[in-house]
Order: sequence, then C-alpha cells, then structure tokens
Amino acid sequence: MKVGVIVFPGTNCDRDTKWAFEKIGAKAEFIWHTEHNLNGFDLIVLPGGFSYGDYLRSGAIARFSPVMQNVIEFAKKGGYVLGICNGFQILLESHLLPGAMTRNENLHFISKFHHLKVINNNNKFLQNLNIGEIINIPIAHAEGNYKVDEDLLKEMYDNEQVLLKYCDKDGNELNPNGSVDSIAGICNKEKNVFGLMPHPERAMESILGGVDGIRMLEGFLK
Amino acid sequence: MKIAVNVHLKKGVLDPQGKAVLHALETLGFKDVKDVRVGKQILLEIDTADKQKAIEEAKKMADELLANPVIENYEIEVKE
Repeated sequence: MKVGVIVFPGTNCDRDTKWAFEKIGAKAEFIWHTEHNLNGFDLIVLPGGFSYGDYLRSGAIARFSPVMQNVIEFAKKGGYVLGICNGFQILLESHLLPGAMTRNENLHFISKFHHLKVINNNNKFLQNLNIGEIINIPIAHAEGNYKVDEDLLKEMYDNEQVLLKYCDKDGNELNPNGSVDSIAGICNKEKNVFGLMPHPERAMESILGGVDGIRMLEGFLK
Repeated sequence: MKIAVNVHLKKGVLDPQGKAVLHALETLGFKDVKDVRVGKQILLEIDTADKQKAIEEAKKMADELLANPVIENYEIEVKE
C-alpha cells in the first residue's frame, strides 16, 4: 500500500505520520502542497499541525491550496482520505466531511491521552476494532469542539458515520472540548473520507504510552 | 471602496471567547453586562466605485471563504 502524506506550510505531524505508516509496513511519501499528482496512491493523509498558521479559521486557507483540489477530486472518485486533527479541520472546511470546528469550550489547548469509544466499525478505517471497544489515543488541539446541526447529526447516526466518541476509561461519556455528543471522529456517507481529532500516529509504541493507533491505521492495509 | 465584513458565531453556537471576556468584565466590576459575543471584522478595499458591485463581491467572498456558514453569520457594511 502506498500512502501520500500531504505537507502544508505549518503542518507538523507529517514525519510522525509517515513513520507510523512505514512501521505497519506501508510505503509512504510526502506530497508538498503545490503538487498535483496523486496517481498511484491508495490513501491520502492530511496530518496534524497548524496549516497556514490557522489564519481565518483552522483549515480554511489550506482548502484552497493547489494539492487540495486534487485531494477533493481523489475523494470524489472514491479514493481513501484520512484527516488527523488539523487534517480533520481541513476536510470539514473542504466540505468533504459534514459539520464545523469551533474553539474548545474551556478555551484551553488540550494535550493528553484520552479514552475513546468505538461507535461504528463498518468501514475500512476501524474494521479491526470492535463496537463499544475503548481505546486510548492522544489528543492535542485548541479547536476540536465539533458542531453539526441536529438533522444532519441524525442522518450521520443512521448512516453509521459517527465513528468515535470521547469517554473515560470505563466507557462513560467524557467530553474534553464541548463537541456535540462528545464526537471525536466521523466519516462521510460513502465511507472513504475519515476525520478524527485524536492522533493515532502518536500511539504506535508502548514505551510512548500506548499502541492503540496501530490497529486503527492497519485497517487501511486490508 | 472600503467594505467591512463582520463575522459572528450563530446564535445557538456557544462562544467560549465571549464567555471568558464576560467573566473578565465582571471581575473588573462591570456587573450590568449580560452577554458578550466575540466576532471578527474583515476590512476589504475593493477597486471599484460601484457600490452595489462591491457589496455583491463581498457577499460572494463571505460565502466562499470569509465565513463558515455552518457556524457563522456575517453582515456587510460599506465604510466609504
């Protein structure tokens, strides 16, 4: 499998992300934001960071970068796209995923391990995990307060698009940032575009706190 | 022509920055303040004398980039 990791000015999780995919046996390459050619890639990843300094709104400017026009086309043709943290924000701003992000309810930048509950696994990304399973993955964001209107949210539940929710170690809902229904990760209706605020690429080594990211990313290998 | 685009979070969307400013104002002794909403103003200088055209352009810019319609409202104000 060949993974393309998009690098915008201000992206800072690109190297971790490339390393994480190489660790599970994939080939990974960086794609600079001015490039256009996505031929031959099986998965495009928009990594975390602060693309374009988070100017205007997180992800708002990255959406107009040259490579994003190709990423949008790639996604619309059914190609797999994963957005992590700032990458998730970019996918929302690009309308590849429904909803929007606002500042965390407590205004803090939150950086810590957080438990997540798997809500749906009927997709490539979470196919290795069980529904109801609790995993532990780091979060690191100031704008992860996910908002979507009620009608759309209902539609998302019906279509199994709500993938992950924040919880405590026992699985009780625990909301760090104010997100609607404590939502941490979603996908599109066609289940080929995925976005989440937590960082699976930072949960790949037990010595660094956990390995729950491995089974998530490995979903894309199958 | 100078045009201002004022962007605010929609009514139902919680404004944590506004809340923080409200609490700070209370601490300062401004007890009458009921609510604070923090928005942003984007000032555009558009090279045209046609007011209507400038407003229409600004509206397009706001819809496509300056505001996020999922969470934000905007209004357009002609400055000069």
